[in-house]
Amino acid sequence: MPSQLPDGEPVPADGALPAGVRLDGPLSLYVHVPFCRTRCGYCDFNTYTPSELGGMSTDAYLEAALRELDLARRVVGGADVSTIFFGGGTPTMLPARQLAGFLEAIADRFHLVDGAEVTTEANPDSVDADYFRTLRSAGFTRISLGFQSAVPHVLDVLERTHTPDRGLHAARWAADAGFEHVSLDLIYGTPGESLADWQRSLDAVTSTPVDHVSAYSLIVEPGTRLAMQVRRGLVGMPDEDDLADKYLVADEFLAAQGFANYEVSNWARPGGECRHNLAYWRGGDWWGIGPGAHSHVDGVRFWNRKHPAAYAERILAGESPAQGRERLTPEDRRVERVLLELRLAEGLPLDVLTESERARVPDVAAAGWGLVRDGRLTLTQAGRLMADGIVRDLLD
Amino acid sequence: MTRPGRTDPSIIRNFCIIAHIDHGKSTLADRMLQLTKLVDDRSMRAQYLDRMDIERERGITIKSQAVRMPWDVNGETHVLNMIDTPGHVDFTYEVSRSLQACEGAILLVDAAQGIEAQTLANLYLALAADLTIIPVLNKIDLPGANPEKYAAEIAGIIGCDESEVLRVSGKTGVGVPELLDAVVERIPAPTGRADAPARALIFDSVYDTYRGVVTYVRVVDGELRNRDRILMMSTTAQHELLEVGVISPEPVKSDAIGVGEVGYLITGVKDVRQSRVGDTVTTAARPATEDLGGYQPPNPMVYAGLYPIDGDDFSELREALDKLQLNDAALTYEPETSGALGFGFRVGFLGLLHMEIVRERLEREFNLDLISTAPNVVYRVRMEDGSEHTVTNPSEYPAGKIDEVYEPVVRATILAPSDYIGTILELCQNRRGIQLGLDYLSADRVEIRYTLPLAEIVFDFFDQLKSRTKGYASLDYEPDGEAAADLVKVDILLHGDPVDAFSAIVHRDKAYNYGLEMASKLKELIPRQQFEVPIQAAIGSRVIARETIRAMRKDVLSKCYGGDISRKRKLLEKQKEGKKRMKMVGRVEVPQEAFVAALSTSEPTKRD
Repeated sequence: MPSQLPDGEPVPADGALPAGVRLDGPLSLYVHVPFCRTRCGYCDFNTYTPSELGGMSTDAYLEAALRELDLARRVVGGADVSTIFFGGGTPTMLPARQLAGFLEAIADRFHLVDGAEVTTEANPDSVDADYFRTLRSAGFTRISLGFQSAVPHVLDVLERTHTPDRGLHAARWAADAGFEHVSLDLIYGTPGESLADWQRSLDAVTSTPVDHVSAYSLIVEPGTRLAMQVRRGLVGMPDEDDLADKYLVADEFLAAQGFANYEVSNWARPGGECRHNLAYWRGGDWWGIGPGAHSHVDGVRFWNRKHPAAYAERILAGESPAQGRERLTPEDRRVERVLLELRLAEGLPLDVLTESERARVPDVAAAGWGLVRDGRLTLTQAGRLMADGIVRDLLD
Repeated sequence: MTRPGRTDPSIIRNFCIIAHIDHGKSTLADRMLQLTKLVDDRSMRAQYLDRMDIERERGITIKSQAVRMPWDVNGETHVLNMIDTPGHVDFTYEVSRSLQACEGAILLVDAAQGIEAQTLANLYLALAADLTIIPVLNKIDLPGANPEKYAAEIAGIIGCDESEVLRVSGKTGVGVPELLDAVVERIPAPTGRADAPARALIFDSVYDTYRGVVTYVRVVDGELRNRDRILMMSTTAQHELLEVGVISPEPVKSDAIGVGEVGYLITGVKDVRQSRVGDTVTTAARPATEDLGGYQPPNPMVYAGLYPIDGDDFSELREALDKLQLNDAALTYEPETSGALGFGFRVGFLGLLHMEIVRERLEREFNLDLISTAPNVVYRVRMEDGSEHTVTNPSEYPAGKIDEVYEPVVRATILAPSDYIGTILELCQNRRGIQLGLDYLSADRVEIRYTLPLAEIVFDFFDQLKSRTKGYASLDYEPDGEAAADLVKVDILLHGDPVDAFSAIVHRDKAYNYGLEMASKLKELIPRQQFEVPIQAAIGSRVIARETIRAMRKDVLSKCYGGDISRKRKLLEKQKEGKKRMKMVGRVEVPQEAFVAALSTSEPTKRD
């Protein structure tokens, strides 16, 4: 959840969608839990430590989130829900029974389809085996753990409070609790991280019973403590060549371990792909519950007030907590398809491109960045590293 | 009678002040205006004579003016015309015309610093014009003043007695009345034939927004009357005199100006090129048969490309140049196109200071953001087939078999403390100089004379000279024809395509250094591309230096959550806009700022 919200047009108090806009498939739900015990130095997500919340309790947050769930129900009706994702922040700051209760509240208001994917992000520090058992029995199907690195000095720079072992144990506890789908998140390119350090993290992750790995290059976001440290010269800026090297190492290693890349930064064993994230990338409809959460329904995108207090105040007053929205033009939606679907292993159907754009596809292929197969353009490993530039060059 | 137009030449004294920048000419002139009661203390604007802001800030006088001042000696009122002269090497011709309008000159030297090279050069011009010289040491109130030493130096140079060197302080006014007395006593009155056809020398010409061109003249023979039709002898153009007058220190209209007088003419023309410095004015009704001699059309010595940083400002730049030219007959320009910089103008200047002034006026008065290519001189290229090319832009350098290349050379005079002889000679030798002579002006000051290629001076010679001599050396130079030299054109290629703005004509021995320096500078400035980009410096097809911009290896944001999508699309739109503003050199996208940065830091100091 990026902390910067876009500009947009206002949203009516009842949250109603523009005329003619409706779901055209199952709905995904995102629940943003904006709490963290401490803020990590690199993080610019919309999350708050207890002292930043000015006395707002998790109960008050949950109350507001439930009210938004009611609002969503009113606006889109009792839709089929195929995926649910609790993110943050740290959803596992909430007791397991509260998360379970919220899932139940969702199931009361919407139709959870058979085999629905229900994920929560989890911080290794705030979970144990019991926690996972409670979630599993409540119907959660997937755990995504913020692991980041297996190397203590790297975790120090990232200001992560957990030890590497704790993350690995957490993955096993989740598997033992009956979770078939467990994911570990990694960050590469942290100042001071060597290639050997990175390999250690990859080794550690694949030694656990996970079926999914996300690996993100460290981005020094403006306004973070990390950005300040870089500016002061206390730590070095991540080096683009180093990031490229580490990406290639990860992709080769994970492939050899049976994890196929299915999105630029995501790898999974067969069937382990995160269907919730795929819904984002395939232009699906989703409702984001919680402060700063974004939603998308049929080309209309809206986003909530960022601060939990402002968010709660609006929703408790019976009004939509959305701060603004934008209506995508058909061309916007086409452009988004190009930039999202080219990131996916399944690629982009060529007929999404205009004639003049299609004429540039051979250049992408000739550079070794793309392959055309079955009427789709997919990016190669080298192409994934250059995806943004390829999209820029491809689009009219 | 002291009324303009009816002044007896015998009471007129026409003089100018020869001085180095910051030796106190303007302050002395101010003091004279106060002593002669032309300006009262209250309305005294510091340095009254320097009108333009830029002049004021730089402490230099670009355009001369003439002030008519009354001064009584022995009960008789005299008319003193002080003609202000430009003090910089670029304006030698204008100085010479100002001197031509005088009978005498005050040689003003800072009593703490001694004479400087430009002052010496202008002194020689004054002596050659047969002017009476009144040597004066200024700033005698300063603690560091050493009047004895510098009086001896000046006496040695002009061949007078040390006691004839006056001592003044423009700041406190000490000695200035005595100086004005000396002007009356020592400088001869003008002579001329009152009944002859009118002849007046134009020594300055200034465009005024309200009045049109104001022409400053010194009448030699006859008189110019209001409503006369005047004739410019070089162009034979005729104009009606709408106004005649003198400056005292504001314009004062009169019926006429006569023999020996200095004044201004207004004809309503809008362009100073119709009223050129050095030309002779006569009357159409009774024209003179012979002009006063010495007229030369202005001759640009240095060229540079001037480009608006924002390509949309091209027409504004053209208008601005058109307007500046109304006031600057020496400014020449024609449109040119650069692959790297877009549409701009190749502009000719008298020299480097002239170039800086023009550029600064364009930016300040017309609010333009400009980028300038490195300045270059004019080359004459003779081909083996006998044809000849004049090259004012390195990118026009002819391909094919070249027989000989000629470049302009100058006679340079450097004055400096003798401690620095070694380092100055070394600099001049490095810059392909030929020593002409070395003389001691006093026990510890020397005059060093060299023939040097103008191109070397245009580069950064003066900065180098100053830094090697802790600022103590001064430089003057004058054109001295041309010389053949082993010159080559170095091209800078980006991914195989030449970048015209960086082509340079340099001596063969320095080609490698130039090429390497530009290549490494561009390597730092140009962002990595999707492919490897070689930057090469080449003479013809021979590569002499090479750098490589490695291919970009990663161009993807790894995160893309649901809430990132709008941001990502908007970023893409922004990047596509940015891409449109990129300059394409072949397939290489170069941000305009990279060219700007490469050129603006291309007054390098490490070419030696």
